[in-house]
Amino acid sequence: MRISTTAIVLLAIGLPAAAANAQVSGDEVAELRQMISEMRDDYERRISELEARLDTAEREARVAKRDAGEAFELAEEAAIQQSSGSSAPNTFNPSIGAVLDGGFTDVGGGWEEIPGFQPAGEIGTGESGFSPGEVEINLKASVDARYFGNVTFALADEEGEVEVEFEEAWVQTTALPAGFTVMGGRFFSEAGYLNDFHFHADDFVDRPLPYQAFYGGRHTVDGIQARWVAPTSLLFEVGTELNWGGSFPATANAESSPGAYTLFAKLGGDVGASNSWQLGLSHVAADAVDRVGGHEGEEEGGAFTGDSDLTVLDFVWKWAPLGNPTVNNFKLQGEYFMRSEDGTFADLAYDGDQEGWYLQGVWQFAPLWRVGLRHDRVDADNGPGLAGTELEDPGRSSHRSSVMLDWSPSEFSRLRLQYTDDQVLEESDSVWYLQYIMSIGAHGAHRF
Amino acid sequence: MTRFIAVLVALWLPVSASALNVFSCEPEWAALIGELAGDNVEITQATTAFQDPHMLQARPSLIAGARNADLLICTGADLEIGWLPLLLRRSGNPEIQPGSPGYFMAADYVRRIEIPASIDRSQGDVHPQGNPHIHLHPRNIERVAEALADRLAELDPANAASYRANADDFLQRWSDARERWEERAMPLAGMRLVSHHRSFSYLADWLDLDIVATLEPKPGIPPSGAQLSKLLEQLTPAPPAGIIRAQFENERPAHWLSDRLSIPVIEMAFTVGGSEQATDLFSLYEHTIATLEEYRE
Repeated sequence: MRISTTAIVLLAIGLPAAAANAQVSGDEVAELRQMISEMRDDYERRISELEARLDTAEREARVAKRDAGEAFELAEEAAIQQSSGSSAPNTFNPSIGAVLDGGFTDVGGGWEEIPGFQPAGEIGTGESGFSPGEVEINLKASVDARYFGNVTFALADEEGEVEVEFEEAWVQTTALPAGFTVMGGRFFSEAGYLNDFHFHADDFVDRPLPYQAFYGGRHTVDGIQARWVAPTSLLFEVGTELNWGGSFPATANAESSPGAYTLFAKLGGDVGASNSWQLGLSHVAADAVDRVGGHEGEEEGGAFTGDSDLTVLDFVWKWAPLGNPTVNNFKLQGEYFMRSEDGTFADLAYDGDQEGWYLQGVWQFAPLWRVGLRHDRVDADNGPGLAGTELEDPGRSSHRSSVMLDWSPSEFSRLRLQYTDDQVLEESDSVWYLQYIMSIGAHGAHRF
Repeated sequence: MTRFIAVLVALWLPVSASALNVFSCEPEWAALIGELAGDNVEITQATTAFQDPHMLQARPSLIAGARNADLLICTGADLEIGWLPLLLRRSGNPEIQPGSPGYFMAADYVRRIEIPASIDRSQGDVHPQGNPHIHLHPRNIERVAEALADRLAELDPANAASYRANADDFLQRWSDARERWEERAMPLAGMRLVSHHRSFSYLADWLDLDIVATLEPKPGIPPSGAQLSKLLEQLTPAPPAGIIRAQFENERPAHWLSDRLSIPVIEMAFTVGGSEQATDLFSLYEHTIATLEEYRE
C-alpha cells in the first residue's frame, strides 16, 4: 500500500516535467521509466527493511515487558515470602498479657458486709490509701486444632503476704460442629452480662452491688459449660453449666453430682447501622451445705443449708453514629437479680427473698474521654425469724450512686476518677477513687 | 401478638441456602467476592466504609453471622486482632477457624510494607506484620483475587469452573484498568499530602504520592492539640496539597489543620461504599484517582 502510494507520488512529480517538454524522445521516456523502476525497487527494499526492524523492535519490547512483569512477580513473591509472618492472632505462642490495676482510695467508714446478706466473699469499699491492687497475668493460645486454652492468675498483696489467686484455667473446643462449644476447667459463669468480664474491663472501679451481694464480685465455675449458637440471623444462644466448685452461692461437696447448675440464654442483634443490643436471661440453682459467709479462710456468722435459686435478667444497648465509636459512643446497661433461698440458717428456719439491680450509662463525649453514671441497689426480705443473726432484715435497701470520668490515651492504658455516694449502711459515706489500668503484652479483646 | 411472633420467627429462620455463606470483615473483600462468585454466595459484611475495622467489637449480630459462614475473608495482619479471635471462638463454627480452608486472610498473599524493625507499644499500636491497609494497591487486589478464586474452588468444587472463569475475566479487566489508571495518574506522582492514619500507604506506594505527615503522632493514637500545633509549624513553610481522610477517621483534627494551612480536607472513599461513586472495586479506584486529580496542585 505504502509502496504504490510512493510510486504515484513519484509519477505525479515526474509527469508535469515530461509534459512541459514537447520534444521528449522515445529514448528519454525509456530512461525515465528505467529510473522510476529503480527508485521503486530501492524504496521497496528500504521500506521492507524498516518494517522488519519495526517488527523486531516490537517483539523485543513485548519480551522486555514480559520479562519486567515476570521480574516484578518474582520480586513480589520474594517480598511476600519475606513479609509473611502469617496473620495468626498470636505473634508469640502463647500470647501473654499482664494487666496492672491499682490506685488510690479515700473512704470514710467503709463496709465489708451488706446488711441482710451473707457476705459472699471479698467485697466492700476497700481501705483508704494507695494500693497496687491486683496484677493479672494471662496466657492463652490454641492447644491444637481442636482446643483453645486460657490461664489467668492474679497477684495481690494481702496484709503483707503475696497472694496468688487462681482466676481462670479453661480449655474450650473449637472444632465441634453445628454451633456447639464445650468448655471445661475453671471459668467465669455466663449468668449475668458483666460476670465473665475481668474486673479491669469494667466501666466503674468496683462491681455493682448485686454482683457483690449475690456473687461476691463474680461467679466462678469449676466444671463444664456447653453452649449452642442457633443458625439464625439474630444471635440466639443457649447454654448450661455444671459446677462442682465451692464458689458462692454454691458449696463444694464430696459428691459426684454438681453442687450448682446454670442455664443461660442470650438474644441480640443490630438496629440499623448505629445500634446494637443484647438481652440475657439466666438461672443459677445451687445446693448449699453449711455455707458460711465472710472472707476467704475466715469462718464467721451462721451457716446456710438449703436451696438457693437466682435469676438474672440483663440487657445492654450500644450506640455509635453509623457504628463508628471513634469519636462518640454510648452504652446503656442494666441487670436485675432475684434470689430465693429456702432452708435453715444458723439452725433457724429461713425462707428469704432478695433482689438487686443496677443501671448504668457510659458516654464517650470526645476521643479518649468517657463519663459514666451508675445507680445500684440491693434489698433483702428474709422474714422475721432471723432477728439477731446477720440475716436480720435491715428494714431498708442498700444503694449507691456513682459518677466516673476516664481517659484512655491508647487502647492499652486508662486512668479513672470515680465518686460514689455510698448508702450501703445507714450512715452515708463519700468514696473517691483514682484508678489506673495498664495492660502490657497481648492485645485485649473488644468484647460486646 | 401472633404477628409479632411471626416476625420473630422470620428473623430467626436460617439464612438462605446459597451455595456458600461468606463472612467478610471489610467491604473491599465483600466486593471482590462479588466479582468472583456473583450470585453464588450470600455475604455478611462486618464493617461498612464508615467503621474502623480495627475498632469493632464482637457484637451479637457478628457472632450470628460467623456461626453460619462457610468462608471467612478478612484482611489479617492483626487488623482485626481486637475482635476476630474472640468472634471465632464464640461462633461455634469449626469451618472458619484458623488453619481451616474457610479461614482466608488476604494479607497473607501480598507484599506488606512498613514492617516495623522492632515492636514496642511506645511506638503506638504497631502491627508486627506490617501495614494492614493493603487494598489500595491494585497488584494486591490481583494477588488476593487469584488466591481467593482457588479457595472458592476448593470450598465449592461444583462451581469451581465458574469461579476460575470469573477470576480470569476479572483479572483481565483489572489489569487493563490498572494500566489505564497508571497512565492517567502519572501527573499525580510526587503529590504532597497529609493523612490522618497510615491508611493510604499502599496507594502512595503505587502512585508515588508523597505522604509528608500523619495527623496521628503514632499509629492508633488520636492526635493531641500539641501534636497538631507542631505539625502546623512544620508544614507552614511548604503546605501540602491537602489532608486525606477515610470516612471513619475523626474529621476535627483534619479540619483544624486545614483551616490554618488553608489547604483542603480531601474526603477519600477509602473503600467500597465510602462515597456515592465507589460502588465496586473499579469505581473505588476510578473515584480515588479522580478525587486526587481534583486537588492536584
